[in-house]
Amino acid sequence: MGSRSSLLICVLVFGVVSALFTGHPESAWPLAQIDDYLLNILIMAGINVILAVSLNIVSGHTGQFSLGHAGFMAVGAYGSAAVTQIGGKAILNALSFLGGAAPTCVFVLSLFVGGSLAAVAGLAVGLPSLRLKGDYLAIVTLGFGEIIRVVIQNTEAVGGARGLTGIPSFTTLGWTWGLAAFCIYCVSALVRSTYGRGFLAVRDDEIAAEAMGVNTTKYKVTAFVVGSFFAGLAGALYAHLIGYITPEGFSFLKSVDVVVMVILGGMGSTLGVTVAACLLTFLNELLRQAEQYRMVAFALLLIVLMILRPQGLLGGIDRWIQARRNRS
Amino acid sequence: MLELTNVTAGYGSITALHGVTLRVEKGSIVTLVGANGAGKSTTLRAISGLVKVREGSVQYAGEALTNLPPHEIVARGVAHVPEGRMIFSNLTVMENLQMGAYLRRDRAGIAKDLGFVLETFPRLHERATQQAGTLSGGEQQMLAIGRALMGRPSCLMLDEPSLGIAPLLVKTIFEKIVQVNRELGLTVLLVEQNAHLALEVSHFGYVLETGKILLADRSENLRANPAVQAAYLGA
Repeated sequence: MGSRSSLLICVLVFGVVSALFTGHPESAWPLAQIDDYLLNILIMAGINVILAVSLNIVSGHTGQFSLGHAGFMAVGAYGSAAVTQIGGKAILNALSFLGGAAPTCVFVLSLFVGGSLAAVAGLAVGLPSLRLKGDYLAIVTLGFGEIIRVVIQNTEAVGGARGLTGIPSFTTLGWTWGLAAFCIYCVSALVRSTYGRGFLAVRDDEIAAEAMGVNTTKYKVTAFVVGSFFAGLAGALYAHLIGYITPEGFSFLKSVDVVVMVILGGMGSTLGVTVAACLLTFLNELLRQAEQYRMVAFALLLIVLMILRPQGLLGGIDRWIQARRNRS
Repeated sequence: MLELTNVTAGYGSITALHGVTLRVEKGSIVTLVGANGAGKSTTLRAISGLVKVREGSVQYAGEALTNLPPHEIVARGVAHVPEGRMIFSNLTVMENLQMGAYLRRDRAGIAKDLGFVLETFPRLHERATQQAGTLSGGEQQMLAIGRALMGRPSCLMLDEPSLGIAPLLVKTIFEKIVQVNRELGLTVLLVEQNAHLALEVSHFGYVLETGKILLADRSENLRANPAVQAAYLGA
C-alpha cells in the first residue's frame, strides 16, 4: 500500500469516526462527546490542512511562490456566505421540497459556489501573473491578495469593513475532514499521474520542461486554479464555523501562516504538509499559556526547526518511502 | 531539412543574432562553432522557440516553425537538449526519461524507445531508480540526451554536450551522438566549444562570430582552414 492510500485511509477513518461521534449536541453517542474547545481546534486543523495542501500544489509541486492564498480563501468565504446568509431564506424556501435535507443542500451549494468563485479568481489572477517568476510572482500574488481584501472591505453589500455576521454554523468535524481527505486525494492523485508529472517538471526546470513539450503556462495556471478552488472551500468551511467574517481575517498574515505550514512540512510533500498544518494549529493553542510570549516562542520554534531540518519536517519522505519500495 | 533564413533574435535590448542563414540537411550532423557570445546557443533557442525570432524565418520539413510555442515545435520532431543539461533533478532517472515521451501516447513505441535508450546508455539502466540530481555531470548529460531521444525526434539539437564533463566521458558521449545519427537516421545540430571534437564528428560546419555566420563549409575543409585553425583549433 502506498503512502498516499494509507494517508487517505487514516484521514477518512478519522472523518467518519468524528462525524459519527460528535457534531450535534443531540448526537446518538453521548459517551463520545468532546468539549467544544477541542472540537473547534480539530475543525480548524482540518481547514488548515486544506489550505496547506492546496497551497502545496502551487508552491511545493509546481514551484510557484504565492503569497495570496488568503485572498482566495476570502473569496470562498464570502461567496459561500452570500449563499447561506444573504440568499439563505430564499434558497432554503426554494429547496423546501427536499424536507430535512434542505439545509445540508444549501450548505453543499454554498461550498460549491465558494470554491468555484475562488477558482475563477485564481484563473483571473493566474493568467496575467504566472508569466512572472520567483520574487516577482510573490509580490504580484501578494498584491492581488490584498486587492481582493480591499475590494471586499469596500463592498457594502457584503458588510464592508464591519464584516458579515449571522452566517449559519453548518461546518462540522465530519464535513471538514471529509473535504480535507477529498483535497488530499485530488492533489496527490493529480501529482502522481502522468499528466501531473508536468507540475514537478515545471518546478525542477522550467526551460527543460518546455523543451520536453510541456505547456508550462497551462500547468502553472492549472495548479493555481486547483489550489484556489480548495482555498475557497477552506474559506467556506471557515465562514460556517465562526459564523462571522471580516476582511481583516484574510490579510497577508493569513497567507504567511499557510506558507509557513507548507515550508515547515516540506515543499512538495503532501504528507508532511498535512502533519505540519495539524501541528501548527495545536501548537498555536498550546502556546496560549505563554500569553504575550506566544509569538516569540512560535517564531523561535520555527527558526530552530528550519536550522535543523531545512527541507521541512517531512520533506523528502515521499521519495524515501518510494525508494524503499523500489528496493524491496 | 532544417532551414534558417535571415534570423534575427535577442534578449531585451540586446541583439544576439544578426541575420543568421543556415541549412541542416536531413540525416546529417551539423555543428556550430564560435567563441563565447557568438550566438550559438541563441540560434538553437530561436529554433526551439525559447527565444523569439524578430526577423527572418525558421523552416523544418517544409513547415514554418517561426515563433510557434516551444511545445508545438517539440511536437513537430525538433528536440532541444539545453546547455547545462537541465535535467529534472528531483525526479528519478526513469521518470526523467518518461518525461521525454511526454507528448507521446503510443505505449508500445515508448517502451521500445526506452529499451533503445537504456541499451545505448547502460549507465542509465543501472541508475534507473536513482534521483537524477545525484548523477555525475556526464551521466546527467547522457540522461538529457536519452530524455530527448524518448520524444522520438527527427532532429536533435545539442547545446554544449561536453561542458564540465570528464574528458573520458566526453568521448563516450560523442560516440553515442554519432551512433544515434547512424542508427536512427537522426539529424543532429550540435553547438560545441570544443571545435576540434565537433568538426571531427560532423559533416558540415558553420563558424559564428558576434551573431553572424562567418564561414560555412564541409567539416574537413573547416579543419584544414588556417583561419579556423588559428582562431578555434589552437593550432
